[in-house]
Amino acid sequence: MALNNLDTLYRQVIMDHYKNPRNKGTLEKDSVTVDMNNPTCGDRIQLQLDIQNGIVKDAKFQGEGCSISMASASMMTQAIKGLEVETALKMSEMFSKMMLGEDIDSEDMGDIEALQGVSQFPARIKCATLAWKAMEKGVHDE
Amino acid sequence: MDVKAIKEQFPILQQEVNGHPLVYLDSSATSQKPVQVIEAVSDYYRYNNSNVHRGVHTLGSRATDQYEGAREKVREFINAKSTKEIIFNRGTTAGLNLVASSYARANVGPDDEIVITPMEHHSNLIPWQQAAKVTGARLVYLPLQEDGTISLDDVKNTVNEKTKIVATTHVSNVLGTINPIKEITEIAHQHQAVMVVDGAQGAPHIKVDVQDIDCDFYAFSGHKMCAPTGIGALYGKQELLESMEPIEFGGEMIDFVNLYDSTWKELPWKFEGGTPIIAGAIGLAAAIDFLNEVGQDEILAHETELAAYALEQMQTIDGIQIYGPRKRAGLVTFNLDDVHPHDTATVLDAEGIAVRAGHHCAQPLMKWLDVVATARASFYLYNTKEDIDLLVAGLLKTKEYFGNGFE
Repeated sequence: MALNNLDTLYRQVIMDHYKNPRNKGTLEKDSVTVDMNNPTCGDRIQLQLDIQNGIVKDAKFQGEGCSISMASASMMTQAIKGLEVETALKMSEMFSKMMLGEDIDSEDMGDIEALQGVSQFPARIKCATLAWKAMEKGVHDE
Repeated sequence: MDVKAIKEQFPILQQEVNGHPLVYLDSSATSQKPVQVIEAVSDYYRYNNSNVHRGVHTLGSRATDQYEGAREKVREFINAKSTKEIIFNRGTTAGLNLVASSYARANVGPDDEIVITPMEHHSNLIPWQQAAKVTGARLVYLPLQEDGTISLDDVKNTVNEKTKIVATTHVSNVLGTINPIKEITEIAHQHQAVMVVDGAQGAPHIKVDVQDIDCDFYAFSGHKMCAPTGIGALYGKQELLESMEPIEFGGEMIDFVNLYDSTWKELPWKFEGGTPIIAGAIGLAAAIDFLNEVGQDEILAHETELAAYALEQMQTIDGIQIYGPRKRAGLVTFNLDDVHPHDTATVLDAEGIAVRAGHHCAQPLMKWLDVVATARASFYLYNTKEDIDLLVAGLLKTKEYFGNGFE
């Protein structure tokens, strides 16, 4: 693998989310708060979800981690805002499949599709799924 | 020392990774294995495999002779007085847990103190946290100097008559600090405390003489010194080991078993319940032979030179943070500004260069350094200055890759 093969991992859109994260910060109103970390590497995320009547009204995150984990959190929050909880969970399932390298209908995934390349870097899959795992936990805790 | 000839004895280092010759800079996590070790393990399984200390048959005798021969080899390697003082186990973690679970729980009480340092690997930290919780003792941390070293004045001011155990690492797996364990042992002993040394990063690189250091316990792992994974040894002074209860019970470690009570075998076997790690011990003996043949002093001199060269070369990179003291063992822990260490490690991997990224099982030390994670390049006898040149070139590419085109 030459250095330019890295471009399958570090797509432009990923680096954009990493350098200009969407929904970074904290929610002011009462919300579900989930702290999750990846104990093997030290990435950590705090995710806050404002869920009303089965709909994700708002989502914000804070955390420290590599480009993949932070970009994934930014994309995830962007994607699930306004979705029904059930739809968000389905999307999470799709994301897990994408990480396993399975073919999925990526049309509905928007920017997230850019993370497809991570499946070729097994050591980095956990970075990408951290935010989604936090979202699933938040929904179940709610 | 002929590094090229040494490297040729490591089959794994002869491969390409991601289209580049492998540059293995992660020996602090685990070292690679020379062909002599691989063959010793393979020969054992091909020709001599049998359980030890049991059968009267020929293979049983061969296996027992090889296993106990390995114990003598380890005794000599660290200059213990007797093979009774060498307990085989699965590694440093097992050794430190034995001391914390058996010795500490029997000899430490409420109001006593256990002294450790903030640079400990989790394996020399959590066992003491747990022992302190069970016994009601207080866990006390020695302060660190700004450069990540320990000052003996701080040791003198911290260790007192309440201290029952002082536990420190020989060499920090993150900072590369080489601790003055002989001097710390002397201070511990002035207060009748026992000295426990985590030798995971020490024994592979520095000639250890437990009688000269005078420490009470010294734990190390085989896999960081060219031996297989799953084998390690705990050294303990005989009179202390005699007084300690086993923490694992079962076959192999018993003398007489009655319906309601049992007695234990003599040292060292009372601490080796179950079928031991026979092939691992034989591999460890082969690794010791290999290291002795190269010469431990030569290995240390080579690594010291590599560390100095790496520091000098890496410091020329703009925006690099390097952690730890100037005088150090063969590793350099660092971060590039605005690049997460995982990303650094992924870009280096694309160049065939293996480094570690993460918290290195030292979360309190990461807090002390005020970072969430770092990258680490660590060296062993098979590494060369060319490896470091390739690392520096890889780091420059990493900077370029993450600095350009993404703004």
